[in-house]
Amino acid sequence: MGATRIPGNITQGSTAKGGIGESTLRPDGTLKVTGEFAYSSDMWHEDMLWGFTLRSPHAHAEIKSIDTSEALAQAGVYAVLTYDDLPTDVKNYGLEIQDTPVLAHGRVRHHGEPVALVAADHPETARRAAAKIKVEYVQLPVVHDEQTALAEDAPLLHPGRDDHHAGHVPHPNVVHRQPIHRGDVAAARARADVIVSGEYVVGMQDQAFLGPESGLAVPAEDGGVDLYIATQWLHSDLRQIAPVLGLPPEKVRMTLSGVGGAFGGREDLSMQIHACLLALRTGKPVKIVYNRFESFFGHVHRHPAKLWYEHGATKDGKLTHMRCRIVLDGGAYASASPAVVGNASSLSVGPYVIDDVEIEAVALYTNNPPCGAMRGFGAVQACFAYEAQMDKLAAELGMDPVEFRRLNAMSQGTLLPTGQVVDSPAPVAELLRRIKAMPLPPERQWETAGESADVRALPGGLSNTTHGEGVVRGVGYAVGIKNVGFSEGFDDYSTARVRLEVVGGEPVAVVHTAMAEVGQGGVTVHAQIARTELGVTQVTIHPADTQVGSAGSTSASRQTYVTGGAVKNTCEAVREKVLELGRARFGSYHPAWATAELLLESGKVVTDGGEVLADLVEVLEGEAIDLELEWRHRPTEAFDLHTGQGNGHVQYSFAAHRAVVEVDTELGLVKVVELACAQDVGRALNPLSVVGQIQGGTTQGLGLAVMEEIVVSKEAKVRNPSFTDYLIPTILDTPTIPVDVLELADEHAPYGLRGIGEAPTLSSTPAVVSAIRAATGLALNRVPVRPEHLTGT
Amino acid sequence: MRLTFTVNGRQQEADDVWEGESLLYVLRERMGLPGSKNACEQGECGSCTVRLDGVPVCACLVAAGQVQDREVVTVEGLADYARQRAEGGCGTGACGTSLDDAKRWQSKPADGRTGEAGAFPQQLSAIQRAFIDAGAVQCGFCTPGLLVAADELLERNASPSDEDIREALSGNLCRCTGYEKILDAVRLAAARTEEAV
Repeated sequence: MGATRIPGNITQGSTAKGGIGESTLRPDGTLKVTGEFAYSSDMWHEDMLWGFTLRSPHAHAEIKSIDTSEALAQAGVYAVLTYDDLPTDVKNYGLEIQDTPVLAHGRVRHHGEPVALVAADHPETARRAAAKIKVEYVQLPVVHDEQTALAEDAPLLHPGRDDHHAGHVPHPNVVHRQPIHRGDVAAARARADVIVSGEYVVGMQDQAFLGPESGLAVPAEDGGVDLYIATQWLHSDLRQIAPVLGLPPEKVRMTLSGVGGAFGGREDLSMQIHACLLALRTGKPVKIVYNRFESFFGHVHRHPAKLWYEHGATKDGKLTHMRCRIVLDGGAYASASPAVVGNASSLSVGPYVIDDVEIEAVALYTNNPPCGAMRGFGAVQACFAYEAQMDKLAAELGMDPVEFRRLNAMSQGTLLPTGQVVDSPAPVAELLRRIKAMPLPPERQWETAGESADVRALPGGLSNTTHGEGVVRGVGYAVGIKNVGFSEGFDDYSTARVRLEVVGGEPVAVVHTAMAEVGQGGVTVHAQIARTELGVTQVTIHPADTQVGSAGSTSASRQTYVTGGAVKNTCEAVREKVLELGRARFGSYHPAWATAELLLESGKVVTDGGEVLADLVEVLEGEAIDLELEWRHRPTEAFDLHTGQGNGHVQYSFAAHRAVVEVDTELGLVKVVELACAQDVGRALNPLSVVGQIQGGTTQGLGLAVMEEIVVSKEAKVRNPSFTDYLIPTILDTPTIPVDVLELADEHAPYGLRGIGEAPTLSSTPAVVSAIRAATGLALNRVPVRPEHLTGT
Repeated sequence: MRLTFTVNGRQQEADDVWEGESLLYVLRERMGLPGSKNACEQGECGSCTVRLDGVPVCACLVAAGQVQDREVVTVEGLADYARQRAEGGCGTGACGTSLDDAKRWQSKPADGRTGEAGAFPQQLSAIQRAFIDAGAVQCGFCTPGLLVAADELLERNASPSDEDIREALSGNLCRCTGYEKILDAVRLAAARTEEAV
């Protein structure tokens, strides 16, 4: 036994190298920079076929007939499938409501809906064969907004629906409605010295993850199928896939491939069932890879929204009341709409103290593209509106907009409109103080720089449209609140399997979860947690698959909290087993085995005083400790359907932004000069990754502010399904993003951490628009802001 | 048609190439080099950026037939390419990749999820190392194209200004990082290279 002594009074993990709190590097980094990392579109199998999806050219139509004979006759084609070929009675799928047809049955409800599938020996053969499928459509009238959807004679998207929301909605074309009432709005309104109202519009944003929907389905000898796929939640996919295929879940073996981003767009199924159907039909491996055009039709988008808000305040700047109505366009199928309604309504007041509120949020069924999860999930739309309202109120009161917000900021102990107490730090005022205190970038750099003035830093950039003429600066602020984890009573658990064994004379931990690593760095954090909890250096992250229990979704900012929590929990249980084993083997040699608090540090069992009792290698002695455990955060409850009351949320995440913009008022071009963010992260498990998440989320918010929108015509047709016409920020559009990270621990969460991925996407958008308003004096109640909104042309 | 061209210094041949196939498709599906990525296949995102006779191009916009008898460098060959350049060798990758080196990117590691890399960190190029160290890699789908583009920038401009970096990388979309750490990575690679000289 070694005589090494670690300094006294240590706690578990305090001496761990590469443990939590360090900016350890990604375990998949090397593979990702050499091009070897295997994404779902990189899968290849000998003898594989290519699948292709024929989609509806219409937003709403009856299918009179489908003739596949010519397609089937084409050389190189192995299968053509339509609704009639589905093998079981289960023909639909869906996250919460199973209303989405695997293949259209007699009717298409949105532009791009899948109608038929082709498998062929070359992708071009499959495309050409699909073009030979003759589908006879009779177009139907579309509903595309609240007025048309709720008209008395409106065509119903899902006549005879019997889902669990059907009974309480005011119209069958309303997916879900959530009112929230608290306090006495009439009385509070009477106390207001100023009242401001406004109607706000948020366009349809796309996740625009770069790795397209793709995967490889390989038929197995046992009649099952192996699916290699990019998703956000393997087990949710499995639950929806297996019944359609008519296979027991254990015969649909799913392995996560490399995922090229997600941002909510991979919560719903895309090509998963289609690839499996083709593989099972042909007996050959089938690969499906969407191109960018198809990807715009292949996943749900962020709900476009119309939001009406009224706020009142006393002349000393205290908010009196809020009334709002939020209408979200869910498109043709439910997807995550009900949960988005829950978020939009329960977070509609923002991070402010308002006791008297009347709130209503609804999601509609229309013939527009289906909308569901995207980073920020209902809270993004609300934040744009309430932050515009805060600026309006401050202006009306003649107050500084930041001071006005600070005066009304929520803090620990504040009641949400749902009656839930915010029982962890809510440093809203502090975040605002910090963001305002950050130094501002120099003004009119093109004048001070003289000859070396760089046109690339001006609005219009390399287009060389201005050298400063007509350019004005504006500064804007915003702050937001996002819930973390699945809410409203959902059993939001995760599972982690941890195996500790000696390999090559060294203790090694293997962490196995089904968590979808989509780029967020969960794999990095899991290794850090295992090092901290088990005092080992070597950690292997097992590929994510369905051979281990569900990890829940990589969404709702929840994975570090919930699967991180699960890894921590299993590691703790493994540690206990190690100590039990040690006591059994060596307990008689040293009294500390029985009396001291024992830790695992640097591959040894030590006392909290730092005395080494045994090497882990000796304790394990060739034995492996292998545990798989589920872990849950505090339970939540549903919101009351009439009052909206209920402890619906687990945790909250707060971020604040300050935007500095320069606007060429003559051409309507906006240059975001700087977009600073301050965010409370509870505890930064990996500071480098935390900052990366904040900067990435901030940039997506910038995109929504000034460029990103899926344009849908009145006929409910998508007009811009390409990166030529749907613009996401380039490196030239994106400013410097200084980040101030605050760490106030949430005592209810593992290590005090807070889910962080979404909050920065909320306040970024309203901060940018606030800055443009400050620069131009325009009202700007719609995002994205386009040049014509600024020039009035 | 039959297609013959040089990839990462090694002559490659593909048979039965359909005339409509892009260089990207041939690299990914016929030559086992999926490192160049297929994010848009419209020439908008830069994720398939490769060097064609030294010039950075979107492989998705190059008809495969156009590369007959020409030289292509992909992300898989970037480390060798950078090393040869540093050794004063060829600027085009034509000096070739040794068989051992080539095996590194030709052989697929058993597992892309565990971080047990097939390549060895010390063999990475400066820009590859810097992307890892600076946290410029998240989902990583834009990374191969950005690496090829950034490497080309540093080849012609050893100490670029921030505006130079932004201009050079403006054809490469990234959806995860907000570009800040990509800028950090290019600055870091430039600084390290300068230090090493």
